[in-house]
Amino acid sequence: MAHLAPTPVIEPGQDRTMILNMGPQHPSTHGVLRVILEIDGENIVRIMPDIGYLHTGIEKTCEAKFYQQVVPLTDRIDYLCPMTNNLCYVLAVEKLLGLEIPPKAQWLRVLLNELTRINSHLVWLGTHALDIGAMTVFLYCFREREEILKIFEIVSGQRMMTSYFRIGGIALEPPLGFFDRVRDFAGYFPEKVDEYENLLTENPIWGMRTKGVAIITAEDAIALSASGPTLRGSGVDIDLRRDMPYSSYEKFQFRVPIATEGDVFARYMCRVQELRESIGIVRQALDGMPEGPIKADAPKVVLPDREKMKTQMEALIYHFKIITEGFAVPAGEVYQAVESPRGEMGYYIVSDGTAKPYRVHMRAACLANLQTLPTMCEGRLLADVVAAIGSIDIVLGEIDR
Amino acid sequence: MALSPAITDLEELKSHPAVACLTAWNPAAVQGVKFDRDEMTIYLDSAHLREACVILRDDRECAFNFLSDVTCVDWTPAEPRFEVVYHLLSISKKERVRLKVRLGSANPVVESVTSVWPGANFFECEVFDLFGIRFSGHPYLRRIQMPEDWEGHPLRKDYPVEGYR
Repeated sequence: MAHLAPTPVIEPGQDRTMILNMGPQHPSTHGVLRVILEIDGENIVRIMPDIGYLHTGIEKTCEAKFYQQVVPLTDRIDYLCPMTNNLCYVLAVEKLLGLEIPPKAQWLRVLLNELTRINSHLVWLGTHALDIGAMTVFLYCFREREEILKIFEIVSGQRMMTSYFRIGGIALEPPLGFFDRVRDFAGYFPEKVDEYENLLTENPIWGMRTKGVAIITAEDAIALSASGPTLRGSGVDIDLRRDMPYSSYEKFQFRVPIATEGDVFARYMCRVQELRESIGIVRQALDGMPEGPIKADAPKVVLPDREKMKTQMEALIYHFKIITEGFAVPAGEVYQAVESPRGEMGYYIVSDGTAKPYRVHMRAACLANLQTLPTMCEGRLLADVVAAIGSIDIVLGEIDR
Repeated sequence: MALSPAITDLEELKSHPAVACLTAWNPAAVQGVKFDRDEMTIYLDSAHLREACVILRDDRECAFNFLSDVTCVDWTPAEPRFEVVYHLLSISKKERVRLKVRLGSANPVVESVTSVWPGANFFECEVFDLFGIRFSGHPYLRRIQMPEDWEGHPLRKDYPVEGYR
């Protein structure tokens, strides 16, 4: 963050160029991204993203919390995909503990994660289209997103900061009517995707703003550690859900959409097709939802049910111990990655054998993806920067943490 | 799923492609290995880190062509104090490996891997900013999260969690 000292790197090389400061309060930088541009007329000579305006020190805060107290912090990293962050964190801790999670909890996690992916992609599509000038799509997308947020509220009591997953399972049995509501949504959602596509995919103005714009090759994308649709839009066929499955994703049938052009339109197509695939996974999860418990059988780690706590001495003791002194996690380290809507979200957790994590590090997909911006934009027009930033789908909370 | 104890015997883990590849190249560079919770960790000599990354990226058997992450762990007051941690991914083999270098507290410098993966740029800036590790050969090492005039490195263990410093 360079808000006090003068901008160091980019200085005007010749009299022709000028420095333009975009953000951090620019509506199309999706938060508080600041981009420093050197421009020659309308052409971009150099571009440098400047981040850190939203740094909250979450990694440091985690070190002072019990393992179970970190879960709500993980929501706050990325307001668009709280469940994905929850999942990644609890999977990492469960791997450290060596916990086995019952199938129903795993399937519910998959179901909610795919709804989260749809939620995130809808916000991305709406705002990205708004940036480029397609105003209508925004309202259409937020209409469906509202329904997903209501589903989240039904299941967790919160619209955005859900904190629904727990180490060892999930917090509560989903309430009555939850599955019907999701089934309704899964029923009508594909038509809505058709609506978005009707507005954009064949639209010549959309095509002119996105096709051939901000191209990145597969080699560059890999070298710059890009992941998710930013990588798949350049033709690299990798999706962690399929290739390194977690939380029983191997039991679901889905296609991984890829596009080879590497431009804004390719990334758009990847994400729009992912919307369809995700709703397919949601349907499979609804149809095949296993019966059984939603929490692992590990009384020292998982909080007992309320009923048991009030009637059984042992459960009360465990409850008291977990709340007051946490639970010790065997020493070691794990790196757990999941496919978040933006790419590879990874948690690296080091335990020293106590009840608080020694180190928690989040591998933010957006931080790496943002590095592709100079490659995409240099030598192109100023207006393409907005399209490029939108197509990377950044969330500054995740970048800065 | 009970936890099995970590394997740290180099001979036992020789069959792992990354270990095999690195020991064949330069046995002195590999300081130790650990296989724990299905994850492979290789401890490297900090002087050989960059070359080892090139070898792992270009070797056909390994093909660790994707740098997932760079981070650091502070083990103060132990010496060597810092462990810089690299997570590599092979897109074709769907494999991961973790590389670690240990650095003393006196002069924590390690060679930058930005020449191997340009994507290491932001990760290394972040480690520099929050831990004070310097990366030699980095094109533009700067404070990326904290303000430029900030004093101290917040993720070091001797940096307080709350209150003024």
